[in-house]
Amino acid sequence: MTSPRAPFDLLYSETEEELRSAVRSLLADRCDPASILARVETDHPHDPRTWQTLAAGIGAAGLLVPEKLGGQGASHREAAVVLEELGRAVAPVPYLTAGVLAAEILLGCDPSSDAVSALLRQVASGERLCVPAVPLTLAPGAPLPTGVRATGAGTLTGSVTSVADAAAADVLLVLADTGLYAVPATEVTLTPLVPLDLTRPLAGVTLDGAAGTRLADAATARAAVAGALLSGAGLLASEQLGLAQWCLTETVAHVRGRHQFNRPIGSFQALKHRLARLWLDVASARAAARAAADALATGAPDTPLTVAVAQAYCSGVAVRAAEECVQLHGGIGMTWEHPAHLYLKRAKADSLALGTAGHHRGLVAEFAELPAPGPHPRTPAAGPTP
Amino acid sequence: MTTADELRLHVAELLAAHPPADTPRDDFLRARFDAGLAWVHYPEGLGGLGVPRSLQALVDSALEAAGAPDNDPRRIGIGLGMAAPTILAYGTEEQKRRFLRPLWVGEEVWCQLFSEPGAGSDLAALGTRAVLDEAAGEWVVDGQKVWTSSAHTARWAILIARTDPDLPKHQGITYFLCDMHAPGVEVRPLRQITGEAEFNEVFLTGVRIPDGHRLGAVGQGWAVARTTLMNERVSIGGMRIPREGGMIAPVAATWRERPDLRTHDLHHRLLELWVEAEVARLTGERLRQQLVAGQPGPEGSGMKLTFARLNQEISALEVELLGEEGLLYEDWTMRRPEIVDFTGRDAGYRYLRAKGNSIEGGTSEILLNIVAERVLGLPAEPRDDKDLAWKDLAR
Ligand SMILES: Cc1cc2nc3c(=O)[nH]c(=O)nc-3n(C[C@H](O)[C@H](O)[C@H](O)COP(=O)(O)OP(=O)(O)OC[C@H]3O[C@@H](n4cnc5c(N)ncnc54)[C@H](O)[C@@H]3O)c2cc1C
Repeated sequence: MTSPRAPFDLLYSETEEELRSAVRSLLADRCDPASILARVETDHPHDPRTWQTLAAGIGAAGLLVPEKLGGQGASHREAAVVLEELGRAVAPVPYLTAGVLAAEILLGCDPSSDAVSALLRQVASGERLCVPAVPLTLAPGAPLPTGVRATGAGTLTGSVTSVADAAAADVLLVLADTGLYAVPATEVTLTPLVPLDLTRPLAGVTLDGAAGTRLADAATARAAVAGALLSGAGLLASEQLGLAQWCLTETVAHVRGRHQFNRPIGSFQALKHRLARLWLDVASARAAARAAADALATGAPDTPLTVAVAQAYCSGVAVRAAEECVQLHGGIGMTWEHPAHLYLKRAKADSLALGTAGHHRGLVAEFAELPAPGPHPRTPAAGPTP
Repeated sequence: MTTADELRLHVAELLAAHPPADTPRDDFLRARFDAGLAWVHYPEGLGGLGVPRSLQALVDSALEAAGAPDNDPRRIGIGLGMAAPTILAYGTEEQKRRFLRPLWVGEEVWCQLFSEPGAGSDLAALGTRAVLDEAAGEWVVDGQKVWTSSAHTARWAILIARTDPDLPKHQGITYFLCDMHAPGVEVRPLRQITGEAEFNEVFLTGVRIPDGHRLGAVGQGWAVARTTLMNERVSIGGMRIPREGGMIAPVAATWRERPDLRTHDLHHRLLELWVEAEVARLTGERLRQQLVAGQPGPEGSGMKLTFARLNQEISALEVELLGEEGLLYEDWTMRRPEIVDFTGRDAGYRYLRAKGNSIEGGTSEILLNIVAERVLGLPAEPRDDKDLAWKDLAR
């Protein structure tokens, strides 16, 4: 078993708190629940104006990109804080896909190559929006998809399902048999899907002789995608944390103000205990998510285990928090007008994104050396019956 | 005297003047106390140097590396975790000088005479009476306490008693330091679920306590007791444990060593609990980092709840994992242990003893109320006992 590293830092630095308040006030201005609700049912659920300010104005798109490649040279710790705030607001902006996954894939390629560094600069400055063409459910440690092939003419053919934020992208990063390609969105056919989570739209991507620029060979491409999935899963925990925190805070505020039986419903012990337990879960999720962000930032040797622990834990907390939020709001919680459903849908979709809790527990079993049972030794081998 | 380097130097001086190999244990511990290296955040002259608590780790590891004896904090947990911070906060100068040194060295073990047959969760309802004998300057105490851990090894007790039954329950309580060897103190073992007797009943009959052993003002005992209770709950979360430390360790070890015991159902549950134990460890670590950074978070009140639940679930799984061996118990002999030793015992003991984790030091239900009200700010339930005189309460 890999031993935990020391020292590691689970708190927030002052810079991180400054970044948080910048993101929070942007979202408070532009991304209130009413405007998200108004937007999600249109053909353009993304909020490009907020994305532009977040990506370029605040510099979030380039947080993970080193300064010499045009980014902010920050780390996963800062990216995690951005995701906490985006989760708190269920903001319909493609940060996880573009700012984290795509940036990490490009960083995993050879940044000294012109094609890679040019694209990285554009991505980091927010000039172009680039998302990976992989299914949102693709998990670290799972086999990578093989649906796209390069044909003799140097063009790509195949399809990928359930690609998040593809509709907003200028460029798609496509993993093909011969390597990684940057494919302009104009080269592919998108089939918009009806997503459970309205704030993170999905599409099928079909390539039919699409022309792309090759950024890396097959082995590099696969390693880069695998590494990005690990970062993505680790940072998704922070989005889940932010979401859970919002649900808890809103629910506490609601049960304090709502009266039934001549008292605030929050004075009933049955509800107090449920919310106290949820608070404990959220406090624990915070420690798990911070540990994952810090491990990714410092490149700690036990990062894969720490990420798996965070995902195995935080997915469930976010879903539970959103479910409690709906339940304890009573009838209001079931309405379209109240934002609780946006949170429930995001939480549930997040629990499938980048590997389920069960998948990550399987990874924990591997990294912590707690193997699954083998064939039962006392059961006689099943022989052919005469 | 604040920097780490100065502190290291100070430790080296202590070790040079009192080489651990040739110094009797208690002598070394007394010298360590007098050097201000016992609990560095305590004031000078009282075993500390008034420096940040975070520097204690440095002292502890330097002394451990030099093979110095420690004061066995597990054996004197109530004194260290509860009596000491309360005496520090409310004691007179004389009380601090009299009690803190032998308490820390472990020459004097403490117990906590709080709970009574009629007052557990509702501790402020307690009925043990203390009446002042003005001529003698002594209090005369009569009543019965219960579930008193370590009363059989204790030299001193922190005690709360009712000094005015006509006031509402929280107002008529006074806090005392009680000599467990005083005439009229009778300790009877209470055998518990594990077969042994870790706690006791304590009968107090005409026990005389000098007024100089009162802690805080007459009638202010509830405020003093709250300091004790707060420290009792916090002392759990501050511990630093390694990955796979605590209750999960023996289960994980058994899992690795005994492939024959593995099933898919147990595997699923083990992984869930392993993850939760790791997250609890990280949450405790985060709390510790907050304390060191001087931003104490409310997570402290939650750690006791988490550990109680995890200890119970993990030990329950362990018994099941052991299969036929899980049907056995190591030893039902009635014993009177000095400490609770989870790791030195078998799975059945762990399973049974862990049941106390959600009762001792405030039940999980009461702690959930505290989190809900003090952390989340949820309204208290309506109650009618706050303004009634204690003597008029339903019993
Ligand atoms: C191993 C062990 C060691 C102990 N050591 C000591 C010691 O050294 N010194 C000492 O003074 N005491 C000690 N105690 C006592 C302990 O603090 C009390 O047992 C505890 O506070 C509960 O009180 P009670 O036993 O009277 O239960 P009760 O208060 O009668 O509670 C019974 C049940 O009702 C629930 N309940 C009570 N009130 C409420 C409420 N308002 N809302 C919801 N549920 C409620 C409780 O949670 C519990 O489940 C020890 C206990 C144990 C188990």
